[in-house]
Amino acid sequence: MNESDVNTQAPLDGKEISEERRAFLRSCALAASTLLFVGQGEAAEAPYNPREHNYAMGVDVDRCIGCGRCVEACKAENDVPREPFYFRTWVERYMVNVRGETVVDSPQGGIAGFPTAASEKGMLRTFFVPKLCNQCANPPCVQVCPVGATFSTEDGVVLVDSDYCIGCRYCIQACPYGARYLDPRTHTADKCTFCYHRVVKSLLPACVEVCPTGARVFGDLRQRSSPLARFTRLTKIQALKPHLNTEPKVYYANLDGEVR
Amino acid sequence: MPQQLTRLLIVFVALIGGLVAARHYLLPRTLGEKGHYRAAVLDAIAARPVRYAGREACAVCHADVAEIHGKARHQTVSCEVCHGPAAAHTEAPTEHKLPAPRERGYCPLCHGYDPSRPTGFPQIDPVAHNPLKPCISCHNPHQPEPPHVPEECRACHGQIARMKAVSPHVLLPCTRCHNTPVQHKITPRAALPDKPRTREFCGGCHAQGASGPKEVPRIHVHTHGGRYLCWQCHYPHQPELQE
Repeated sequence: MNESDVNTQAPLDGKEISEERRAFLRSCALAASTLLFVGQGEAAEAPYNPREHNYAMGVDVDRCIGCGRCVEACKAENDVPREPFYFRTWVERYMVNVRGETVVDSPQGGIAGFPTAASEKGMLRTFFVPKLCNQCANPPCVQVCPVGATFSTEDGVVLVDSDYCIGCRYCIQACPYGARYLDPRTHTADKCTFCYHRVVKSLLPACVEVCPTGARVFGDLRQRSSPLARFTRLTKIQALKPHLNTEPKVYYANLDGEVR
Repeated sequence: MPQQLTRLLIVFVALIGGLVAARHYLLPRTLGEKGHYRAAVLDAIAARPVRYAGREACAVCHADVAEIHGKARHQTVSCEVCHGPAAAHTEAPTEHKLPAPRERGYCPLCHGYDPSRPTGFPQIDPVAHNPLKPCISCHNPHQPEPPHVPEECRACHGQIARMKAVSPHVLLPCTRCHNTPVQHKITPRAALPDKPRTREFCGGCHAQGASGPKEVPRIHVHTHGGRYLCWQCHYPHQPELQE
């Protein structure tokens, strides 16, 4: 409510309004708008509260074009070693031929796209699948860590404390998605963090930021409206290896049954 | 109290005291604050440097480009997809210049034909498509449009047209198989084009005795595929199966 509302509505209430009442109404409106303004100011400066978030990602397999920009952005953003075999996210190419055999490849993790296109001879179907840490709600890697160096945060991300990791590789063995690697420089385990340093600043993870087709969608499960909420409402979603009861928080749409 | 009990008590107190002291000095300060991990590491991880600034940051200075890019077909393609991580550039715009890929090899990363790509995604054959010309000589990457206005069937049936463009049927005009009444362009649903309904139609090119180039696959029209009609197994816009 603002001043002009009060002035236009006031004559309808009664024919004679005393100056006193008019002044009172005016000061009420002023106080209310001041409160509103102060309230907004506080909300903008509120410190990040992890309990208000639960991050998750959606991947639409039918939109992935295998350009590998996500792999490139992930390595640049997170300082992942450039040599092959160290990936926080990578893109796999599935090729199912007419005999029902499935071949999966991922040259250099797909960082330079897929330079040689799949042969169409005898090909039944072929498609790309982006992979990353599933940020499980029930993570096997956290269970097996002997020193508590990997953990689930309150905002639903699985992180690694590289100062306390002893490099025993148990978590790498335990991860059913192959999402972890041993950093050759620090000899500690490392993995996708959902770009934690970005999401706490309300930025999107680097792979989501650069995905040209919108195959990757990032959002907060605690929010009623977010791109992820729309994604989970409008598409039929699946998770990878649901029988392992890891409760993955990377949701796949249009996933083929051959994808492991 | 017997002497042995007193001694035992002293030993126990010393042990427990030692343990408490060791725990105090050895365990990290913030362990257990939020769970069985060092809460302080969250701040360390959150403080890692940001390299990709996000497209909103680009629009602050490059509003003119952001304006046309935001309405064009590339609107979902973030600036940093092509120009690389821009956080350093936003901090010091003159010191850190961003690259702009102009060479022909870059665009096919997304738009080169690859059968694994989703059907309908705009693709070209990088070898045959205007060889040696840089893509940007015809296409503006911030506002990519097909180099000429889509005409005829493609204007509405773009997905089929793009699929057909990379299939062996690329040279066949739509009207070769679909008899299209003129009225279809005005009231599309009231006057529908027809579709071939017999095996003999496809047999016109694909039967054993049919005339035409010898590369066209030939089959025995009356026995091939049993009781099915051709398009129940093959999709004519992308006759994909090659053996």
